[in-house]
Amino acid sequence: MATDTEAILSLQPGMVIDGFRLGDRLKAGGTAHLFKVTLADGAERGFPMVMKVPRVGRDQPAESIIGFETEAMILPALHGPHVARFVAAGDLAATPHLTMEWVEGESLAHYAARSPLPASEVANLGAALADAVHALHQQNTIHHDLKPDNVIVRGDGSMVLLDFGFAQHAYFPDLLAEERQFAAGSAPYISPEQLNGSRADPRGDLFALGVILYELATGELPFGVPESLNAMKNRLWVSPVPPRVHAADIPPWLQEVILRCLEPDPMVRYQTAAHIAFDLRHPEQVLLTPRATRSEAPGFMTQLRLWWRTRDERRALTRKPQVHVSQSPVIMVAVDTSHPDDERHAPLQWTARQLALLNLEFRMICVSAIRAASLGETGGVADTSSGLQLAHKARLRNWVEPLGLPPQRISLHVIESADPAATLLQFARSNNVDLIVIGAPGPSDAALAWWRSTASTVTANAHCSVHVVRLPTRPREDWEAKSVDQDSTAA
Amino acid sequence: MKIALLSDIHGNQQALQACLADAAHQGVDRYAFLGDLAGYGADPHRVIETVQEYVARGAVAVRGNHDQACYGDASYLNEMARTAIDYGKTVLQAAHLEFLKSLPLIIRDATCCFVHASAASPQKYPYVDSPAAAQQCAVAAELPHTFCGHVHEQRLYFAAQPGQMRLFRPTAGIAVPLPAHRQWVSLIGSVGQPRDNNPSAAYALFDSARPSITFCRVPYDHRAAAARIREVGLPESIAMRVESGY
Repeated sequence: MATDTEAILSLQPGMVIDGFRLGDRLKAGGTAHLFKVTLADGAERGFPMVMKVPRVGRDQPAESIIGFETEAMILPALHGPHVARFVAAGDLAATPHLTMEWVEGESLAHYAARSPLPASEVANLGAALADAVHALHQQNTIHHDLKPDNVIVRGDGSMVLLDFGFAQHAYFPDLLAEERQFAAGSAPYISPEQLNGSRADPRGDLFALGVILYELATGELPFGVPESLNAMKNRLWVSPVPPRVHAADIPPWLQEVILRCLEPDPMVRYQTAAHIAFDLRHPEQVLLTPRATRSEAPGFMTQLRLWWRTRDERRALTRKPQVHVSQSPVIMVAVDTSHPDDERHAPLQWTARQLALLNLEFRMICVSAIRAASLGETGGVADTSSGLQLAHKARLRNWVEPLGLPPQRISLHVIESADPAATLLQFARSNNVDLIVIGAPGPSDAALAWWRSTASTVTANAHCSVHVVRLPTRPREDWEAKSVDQDSTAA
Repeated sequence: MKIALLSDIHGNQQALQACLADAAHQGVDRYAFLGDLAGYGADPHRVIETVQEYVARGAVAVRGNHDQACYGDASYLNEMARTAIDYGKTVLQAAHLEFLKSLPLIIRDATCCFVHASAASPQKYPYVDSPAAAQQCAVAAELPHTFCGHVHEQRLYFAAQPGQMRLFRPTAGIAVPLPAHRQWVSLIGSVGQPRDNNPSAAYALFDSARPSITFCRVPYDHRAAAARIREVGLPESIAMRVESGY
């Protein structure tokens, strides 16, 4: 204990460590001390910073030091708005510290403390958290310790993940591979496969996400706070009490999403966080199964069957997280339902079908951006608008029907917009779309310069790949078009 | 400081030039040649002359078993390797051999230990092909970062627990952090004769400022290198190996 006390006493505000001046102490608990810091030479970094100093001493468990090392390896490799920016790391033997951006916001633990929260708020929080988890998985990193304490909610509602002490980067040596310890206080959130010692599967984070959603919606933890490893192992096969038992006003779609995240078999869960975010943002598109209305935990025989099924199972992925994510794409198909006779529909359908065949775990979003109902028409605007919506939705359903795709993989959206390109781009970005499929400019765009067509604007500005479907032009038509041009010039 | 690590060039001048060009493009400050300049390939003399130029400008170089066989005992090598050593003797002159003889077996510098086979009995050229062999190497090196060649594959061993090394298979082009309070044994692969079914030349970059290693693969005209091996009359099996990287 003496060593630890010395370590705490030796760090005081005002001290300079590795070029950083210590400011207020934020926390002296867990495995590290936290200080706000500034650059000792008075220069500006452009954002507030925090320094994490691991507790070192004989009374500290080895894995807390390994966790510190792990975070120091992985954090510098991460980027984007969902992680704190890395600033510096000190030599573990000399001046161990990890200095990073201080993220302003409120801990998700504060939201959990106020739970149960209304379904719409749970959905908003859950979708923002799923966005952050998805961004992490796209960078080949699995968090392995998701819990409300490790999440900061920014003022704009977006979320930042903290504490990568248990994380795994698919391309770095895993220092924790043989450590079987779990972070203190994380036990309620750990997935069955993690309990079995597997660290290579990103879907463990999706299970933890399900536990957090359950907690936010009900104010309860689905598996309680287990006191022993054996109690934790129950979740290898035990289904939790359905959320609606705790709070009857939880809508079926939310229960469906939560229980699907909590499936013991990762193959039956959502496959990517992007798919979870999508369902939470579009409750009307969630395909309800018996999970949605389950009103009691499954009976003894069902539990027994589950136990038999999952007993020896090792279904962990051998794919890297980023590869897994890209093999479970969200595909957005832009369907122009305002021109049902357009020749491009058939090749667009053919392409959508091909893409569905190529990907095992796809999610296909069919979007029609239609002109907003104009004010001048008869009847109330709202009536006209919903009437239009219904008509186009029916056309969209009709469009997708011949593809013969499973209904849980498809969702249909009609959006009214004065600027279809901007609407499609925004929709793609906010739904973590991986691939946009769109028809090349055609007759309806003929009057516009090519760079003003919807397809070219989408192609030029999309955040992801775009597959442009074009009808092959026949040489004869080219020739005809040219001869017409020449005629008109001559005339 | 960025250090380019090149090993097992084996007389393949084309592969060496490709790796040196790639390293220069990456902004390398220093070069370390980890042995086996000679053996197998068609141009051991040119490779030695190139390395001599780099050493004159501050590069470090250690001796490999094929280098030693050029002037010493070659009887323990297999027939294919012996044939290549005999060929080498016909193109290497006294100055080349003197240079090879002058090379040390092991170099320790700052946090780094450079050796051809293993820091544990470097004169016996054992293979670091298991966690136990890597452990012996790290113990003998007594430094955080040990770099070896000899096994012709890119591998990274790290101290997982006290006294126990674990194997990690790196992916080319990714900078893997090597924090200096742990021991790491990096096997950097072969420039001139890769044996992992990928004919691209292999080398590695070590960044000592933020300790990390990047394993690199450099595509080059390996067919031309194989053609050159056939041209000088070396065994067909050597040419095929360079062609296919098996």
